[in-house]
Amino acid sequence: MSSAPDTDSRPSPDRAPVLALPDLCLVVLVGISGSGKSTFARTHFRPTQVLSSDVCRGLVADDENDQAATPAAFALLHHIAATRLRRGRLTVVDATNVKKEDRATLVQLARDHDVLPVAVVLDVPESVAMARNADRTDRDLPAGVLRRQRADLRRGLRGLSREGFRKVHVLDGVEQVLAATITYERQYNDRRDDRGPFDVVGDVHGCRAELEALLVELGYTLARDEHARPVDAVHPQGRRALFLGDLVDRGPDSPGVLRLVMGMVAAGHALAVPGNHENKLVRALRGRNVRVSHGLETTLAQLQGETPEFRRQVEDFCYGLVSHYVLDDGKLVVAHAGLKESLQGRASARVRDFALYGETTGETDEFGLPVRYPWADEYRGRATVLYGHTPVPTPEWVNGTLCLDTGCVFGGRLTALRYPERTLVSVPAARTYYAPARPFLPGDGPGSAAPPQQAAQKRDAQVLDIDDVLGKRVVETRYGGRVTVREENAAAAIEVMSRFALPPAQLLYLPPTMSPSATTAVPGLLEHPAEAFAHYRAEGVAHVVCQEKHMGSRAVALVRRSDLSGDDSRPPEQRGAVHSRTGRAFFADRALTGAFLARLARAVETAGLFDELDTDWLLLDAELLPWSAKAGELVRSQYAAVGAAARAAVPAAVAVLEQAAARGLDVSGQLELQRARAADALAFTQAYRRYCWPTDGLDGLALAPFQVLACEGRTFSDRDHAWHLAVGDRLADADPGLVRRTEHRAVDVTDPADEAAATAWWTALTEAGGEGMVVKPAANLVRGRKGLVQPGLKVRGREYLRIVYGPDYTRPEHLERLRERHLGRKRGLALREYALGLEALERAAAGEPLWRVHECVFAVLALESEPVDPRL
Amino acid sequence: MLLTITTTHVPATDLGFLLHKNPARAQSTSVSVGTAHVLYPEATESRCTAALLLEVDPIALVRGRSGTRGGSGPEAFTLGQYVNDRPYAASSLLAVALGRVFASARRGTSKERPELAGTPIPLEVALPALSCRGGAAMVERFFAPLGWSVDAAPVPLDDAADWGDSRYVRVRLTGTLRVADALNHLYVALPVLDDSKHYWVSPEEVDKLLRAGAGWLADHPDRELITRRYLAHKGALARQAMARLAEVDDSDPDALDDATAPARTAAPAPGEDDLEVPDRPVPLALLRHGAVLAALRSAGARRVVDLGCGSGALLPALLAEPAFTEVVGVDVSARALEEAARRLRLDRMPERRRERLRLLQGSLTYADRRLAGYDAAVLMEVVEHLDPDRLPALEHAVFAVARPATVIVTTPNVEHNVRYADLAAGVLRHRDHRFEWTRREFASWVQRVASASGYDVRLLPVGVDDPEVGPPTSMAVFTRSSADDGSTPSGVTRGDVA
Repeated sequence: MSSAPDTDSRPSPDRAPVLALPDLCLVVLVGISGSGKSTFARTHFRPTQVLSSDVCRGLVADDENDQAATPAAFALLHHIAATRLRRGRLTVVDATNVKKEDRATLVQLARDHDVLPVAVVLDVPESVAMARNADRTDRDLPAGVLRRQRADLRRGLRGLSREGFRKVHVLDGVEQVLAATITYERQYNDRRDDRGPFDVVGDVHGCRAELEALLVELGYTLARDEHARPVDAVHPQGRRALFLGDLVDRGPDSPGVLRLVMGMVAAGHALAVPGNHENKLVRALRGRNVRVSHGLETTLAQLQGETPEFRRQVEDFCYGLVSHYVLDDGKLVVAHAGLKESLQGRASARVRDFALYGETTGETDEFGLPVRYPWADEYRGRATVLYGHTPVPTPEWVNGTLCLDTGCVFGGRLTALRYPERTLVSVPAARTYYAPARPFLPGDGPGSAAPPQQAAQKRDAQVLDIDDVLGKRVVETRYGGRVTVREENAAAAIEVMSRFALPPAQLLYLPPTMSPSATTAVPGLLEHPAEAFAHYRAEGVAHVVCQEKHMGSRAVALVRRSDLSGDDSRPPEQRGAVHSRTGRAFFADRALTGAFLARLARAVETAGLFDELDTDWLLLDAELLPWSAKAGELVRSQYAAVGAAARAAVPAAVAVLEQAAARGLDVSGQLELQRARAADALAFTQAYRRYCWPTDGLDGLALAPFQVLACEGRTFSDRDHAWHLAVGDRLADADPGLVRRTEHRAVDVTDPADEAAATAWWTALTEAGGEGMVVKPAANLVRGRKGLVQPGLKVRGREYLRIVYGPDYTRPEHLERLRERHLGRKRGLALREYALGLEALERAAAGEPLWRVHECVFAVLALESEPVDPRL
Repeated sequence: MLLTITTTHVPATDLGFLLHKNPARAQSTSVSVGTAHVLYPEATESRCTAALLLEVDPIALVRGRSGTRGGSGPEAFTLGQYVNDRPYAASSLLAVALGRVFASARRGTSKERPELAGTPIPLEVALPALSCRGGAAMVERFFAPLGWSVDAAPVPLDDAADWGDSRYVRVRLTGTLRVADALNHLYVALPVLDDSKHYWVSPEEVDKLLRAGAGWLADHPDRELITRRYLAHKGALARQAMARLAEVDDSDPDALDDATAPARTAAPAPGEDDLEVPDRPVPLALLRHGAVLAALRSAGARRVVDLGCGSGALLPALLAEPAFTEVVGVDVSARALEEAARRLRLDRMPERRRERLRLLQGSLTYADRRLAGYDAAVLMEVVEHLDPDRLPALEHAVFAVARPATVIVTTPNVEHNVRYADLAAGVLRHRDHRFEWTRREFASWVQRVASASGYDVRLLPVGVDDPEVGPPTSMAVFTRSSADDGSTPSGVTRGDVA
């Protein structure tokens, strides 16, 4: 916790100077014109690290010496520097910086980005600089300028460290400038090469007995001194404890806790970060003026019983603690009060303040305590953050962060998290040592059953940020790499998501689009099974399954065991859901949704799936029939209307042409055409009618589940489709009235007989008016040469396609033109959406933060607004 | 699509001279949308019928519209572009063909029968499937004032299902008129009655309308409606990705396209909305604006966010007042914001005024820190557009994250709906309203939100406060409790509490 700047380093003249720099810092070069700053920068830094005021002047004015452009040049320089620092890049400012106010701006810039400012002064005699400037043809500096610069530099030199520079290196004379070398120092908080395993312990607050118990519970063996006081603890597997601060105050034996922890840290058996209580203790021990309250009085009294030497050790230990640590390749961050992403691995007073105190809103609650800003709700970093500071009844993950302060000193528990296992271990407090200002445990304090703060926080974790979805986004998927969502697609999707979709907590998945098989050359058809089989054969997939395509509407059903009760008063995140491809509630009627889910949950229960999969929820991919249940309005306004117009207009035209023909006019071509169109119009009407029937409540509805998507803790893309279909069959057996089986055929695409049989099956299916079938790799998720293989290809029937391509599409002259269709875009989209869908499922099953799931779900919706031929 | 014109004028075959088409043979003409055939199913002394049969190529129609194969504009990517009634129903496409094929006849000239061309003769016009928004009654409204006797019957959607009537009407018009007038009536009637988005409009349309309407349009009682519909779809609507999303979901694209749809109660009665002058003031909306402005002034707000600004109904009023130094309009619909920009003439707004306004796409179901730090937020007729399940997210976004000093919420008072004669019982005022609250329901929501988030609140009526059913609109003005300076978290309070 050393915060004082290092002293000026002015190397002795006879040694080559070695300049130590933090590996992330803002290096401010200071020196008069011609002192060799640019050469120095070129020698020691990468060109991209160096921002030169001359270059910037050139960039904004096409003339590096245009002094009138100086303000604009520095505005540019500061902008680039700020951007680099925000992104964590070491940056060197090559400008004279001889004036205090110029340096002050740069110090502030460094502080704003929580990096350390370092000054490197190149102090060369004026004569040298003058000679160098004279050699330059591009610059003509009046002699007075150099003299003024030199005077400014001299004036400022002694006060540099007081200006806020963390390190000041002065290179005295040309020799030293030339001889200087640079070494980089790792920041104190950088322990990325330390990968644990750790046992991360929350606020101890002087509860020595509980700490001993916890360490024993964690498997440590305690070592004791001659007074039987614990002074170390060793884990047989070499695990180390990681203390989150607030070791002291309020509890019965703060010195005892310190003795143990200090011993462990000294022996390399533990790491510790400071809490606000250690911070205050240091100041008190150093005789600073602090208010002795909040349990500090207890610690100070207890320390009176210790030796002065021990007190000094405590002072040194607490003073030396580093505000936070970044561990395990950057995957773990520990800080007493947590740390938001932009401050992780940075160094500044602000970082320290956040790590010690967290962020407060400036408000106070009903108990007079500062209201903390819920930084964790907004946390979107990839590092797990473990912290304490604010007691919670039970630790709960919020966006990958976990508070481990379970209020031991207030009568709660002392808790540790095993990392990387992420399992919790805790021991109860022997008693309440200190009364909390705010009721902390249920039943504590004046008439509060549950801590309001906690209830609020819980809900807030369901709240998503606009930045989670808006703008161009890139989603990392484990199966399909990086998937990009364009800004305009996100803009279209946000409206649908906000106005029509279910609450995000109920929307764990959206199904990907599916490509049709390649266009067939078979006369009279656009699609035929042979192309689908050929596709998978070419991908090296031997076994496929052909699944009957139910002509309903795609439905994703999130079934919760609690849906069995049909209780309508549960909050959305506890209710199941049945939704469409764009995340809208399938039924507008909430009561119908409840009844549907209750019945489906019963089927899942009856089939024994909740128990078998050891889960309280199940996500099913399905088709919900009839089509008209969801698409009724569309059928009427679009399809039935076309049929009505055709059936009214075409026969009238036939009649007119027949009359004309009877008069002897030659209209035979027209007549034939119109007669054919009359037949097509009728066929079109027949085509959609098959998929429409009236429903009343649940009566007439049927769900055909064909895939189990996810449940608690697992996904099922590795189970073959035979397993998925068998689950569907079991559900159909459990409730034949509601659940419909999916007919299917297994095909070996290297066996012509198999193919012929499946083709005959498809032909029979579609000739009877069926929509068609979907061909999928039997093994489910399959990778090919170029990544994921299409999860399925649809092969639609001739009559069904009238709905898609129009009543007359089967006429040869139309069909020939329609064959020119391009599947590339659709296929690409299908794979990207597939990867996103799988990612959403993995994240949901693993219980990742809601925004991580929503990011994928939203991306699927956004991609669906991509312009692609909708007939595919 | 088909149109027949019959006369019983003797000799009836003179119709051929009037139409400039020989009854003795069938003729085909290539027109932009397909092929037009003119043929005479009967041609006797006493009765002669000319038929115009337009053969539309549906595939070419799509491809032709967007210029390239498969289409390139966003319009090309909805199924409705491929499967539609255009090849069958009499619509603007037929008007195009009619205009082209009977161009000379429409001018009322005939070399062979110059006198007859200027004489009213008994005519009968038949359209087996006329696309008509407003149904048979609208056909009657259009043609009856022009001297036609109208026989119009709706075509059922599907005989096999109980789905009612389609938008198509089987029409038979009889009357004694000049042929040229009959053709011009039809030329204007087809697009006007169709009133469809699939429309062809070029800059000369105004001239075309005036030419075709010469001598009758000026006196037509519905001239305003006719003119408006005829020219309404200028610059065919750029249907956006939204439409495609609707189809993915098996929904009617129009159902999603209601971001700027008028309220049901904005018009006197359904079906008669056509009669309304478009910019007729809607008193309740103005009352609401007034009440919101009064509350903003009373709060002394200077920087104001209009959350759910839609196409910007309130924004001009806010901008008109220099006291509002910064005005931010936020809506979830990019289309609504474009519309707002257009209506506010953003591109031509003086710079000083333009600097005070910002339009942002955002959603109230997501926390949005861009909206923090303002003096006041207005949620005018917004909450009722959210599903109740999403309200907690809105409460968090507005009262916890944005957290302005003043929040103004207005929403319909459902009790008042009985006072709208044209609103059927139990029907909400707008088709996108997810709920409408009673005064009591509103008050209880308001109180809960206020106490949970540290605001004081007062309720005000907007519009006449009916003693029985209350005002048409309920309004709540939330004021952040004085103890709370609302500053966004910045400084760290070093309270040793943990």
